Amino acid sequence: MSSIWPVLPVLWPLVGGIALLFSRLGSLQLQRSISLLFTAGLITLTLKTLSVAVSEGHQVYLLGNWLAPFGIVLVLDKLSALMVLLTAVLSMFALLYAIAQDTDKQGEDFHTLFQIQLFGLNGAFLTGDLFNLFVFFEVLLLASYGLLLHGGGRLRTKGGLHYVVINLVGSSLFLFAVGTLYGVLGTLNMADLADKMATVSADDQGIVAAAALLLLVVFGIKAAIFPLYLWLPGAYATTSAAVAALFAIMTKVGLYAIIRVHGTLFAEQAGPLAGLHTDLLLWLGMLTLILAVFGVFAARGLKEQAAFLILASVATLLVGIGIDNNAALSASLYYLIHSTLIGGAMFLLADLVARGRGSYADKLRSAPAMARGIVMGSLFLASAIAIAGVPPLSGFFGKVLILDSAIGHPLQAWIFTVVLLGSLLMMIALARSGSILFYQVDEQGRNDGATINTKATGVMIALLMMSPLLVVAAGPVTALTEQVAQQLADSQSYIHAVLSQSAVSGK
Amino acid sequence: MEWIIALVIGVMTASGVYLVLRARTFPVVLGLTLLSYAVNVFLFTMGRLQVGQAAIISPNATAYTDPLPQALVLTAIVIAFGMTAFLIVLALKARSELGNDHVDGLSYVAEEQAVKSRQKAGN
Repeated sequence: MSSIWPVLPVLWPLVGGIALLFSRLGSLQLQRSISLLFTAGLITLTLKTLSVAVSEGHQVYLLGNWLAPFGIVLVLDKLSALMVLLTAVLSMFALLYAIAQDTDKQGEDFHTLFQIQLFGLNGAFLTGDLFNLFVFFEVLLLASYGLLLHGGGRLRTKGGLHYVVINLVGSSLFLFAVGTLYGVLGTLNMADLADKMATVSADDQGIVAAAALLLLVVFGIKAAIFPLYLWLPGAYATTSAAVAALFAIMTKVGLYAIIRVHGTLFAEQAGPLAGLHTDLLLWLGMLTLILAVFGVFAARGLKEQAAFLILASVATLLVGIGIDNNAALSASLYYLIHSTLIGGAMFLLADLVARGRGSYADKLRSAPAMARGIVMGSLFLASAIAIAGVPPLSGFFGKVLILDSAIGHPLQAWIFTVVLLGSLLMMIALARSGSILFYQVDEQGRNDGATINTKATGVMIALLMMSPLLVVAAGPVTALTEQVAQQLADSQSYIHAVLSQSAVSGK
Repeated sequence: MEWIIALVIGVMTASGVYLVLRARTFPVVLGLTLLSYAVNVFLFTMGRLQVGQAAIISPNATAYTDPLPQALVLTAIVIAFGMTAFLIVLALKARSELGNDHVDGLSYVAEEQAVKSRQKAGN
């Protein structure tokens, strides 16, 4: 029997988006209620899919009832269930913040685009077909273009243009890679591709490796890996805070795709091609981390700094994936949950600070004291502790777990040096921004910023609270991420579950 | 026939890459369009080159061509079409908001102003 669970998180936001298109006839209040309803519904739904994925193993849905290698499949496993849940939780906070700050009043169709964005994200997390992954990438990108430019403004247009162009180049490369794989292996189903990888003749191995590395470039653009990250600070720092917070998950889509596609296709069964990406990822991760830390130091504003912190978290995750063992993958997933939520919180905080400082915005320059400086300063301190990886918040535990799994790796010394030095430098840079923003107050000037927005601040605090929550619930969460890593390591069970899925009979 | 197709794909990709690297938005749009043409022809050839063969099962057909790449190309064309349309609108918006069609719009303006003011200071 084909399972219904993989398709529900994809359909739900699509239905929401369509309903919101019609609700344009009503008031903004109606649109907000519908959008909140669908996002809250998505959280409940994804909680249920996670419990199904944990208790019942792989769930496969055959689209149009076509059997596996011929039709398109949606596959729910523990990793995709976790990612979908994470997306739903983050999107709820982003949506609440957008409503609290009236971001959705700055232009039309914010809520529709928001739901379609979730549709694209969930689709990308749940699909089991390489070409379908391309299609869902395009869906999520098109929605993200709309969200990124929402509200307009010159800087936003400039950052948006770069973002759109580099992603269109990425789409072309994706199609070249997909075409090459199809030309050699004659299939696009990920399980079937993985199954046939061992049968590739020695002559064709080079072509398959080239296609795999092209795919790595494509996912590298999404994940913002060196040297493909230059679009990220411009795009993330200039867009609205709610959208930037939601986009904290967008770079993780690229990482997810690497884990899913490269991890499945080039697992042990691939023979000579197995693991062709891991060493490369490790080096690129360390290089990206170093450059991201430079960026954190060089940033001229808090939003730009937050964007580089997102980049640093991506780099740390790449190192985790590159270490390539179960413990490292499990640790990376814990760090992924943390960095997505806290990265989002950092963007929200940067926006609160920018609004509070008025004409000085988020620039790292001394300005007249903002309203409720002590509250904002404390929030900044807590976020900085969480994101730089200082105890007692979740960033520290994530990094410890990743470093712990690196013990015994041939590049152990490099990994420890880069990750620890990176954390130290990030801490110094954040301390510097904090002291400029909150201590070096211009006594003469008058603050022209807005008074504190209680609702928006509440949303930000709630999102930040996820960090202590992740520490308190570290036991169950790491137990879950370990299960995810184990299931991923067993790629045979994935292949078997997809290829043996029987169709629904006509009765 | 293979070498003609290979040459066509190669030339289109090379021209596309060259145009994408230009500094004005219009050549960049054209470059992306050429790249998408190249990739569409490339996808087509991945089902191997066949002339005059049926793609759908019929009792009269003796041999078949692979129908899947054709479906893929169709999807890719539609997506590329939509994306190009969006990019053109965005490029026009950038042109009107930034005052020029340089891909680095704002900093380009800032640099130009800096050069002018330096020239004035020199005079």
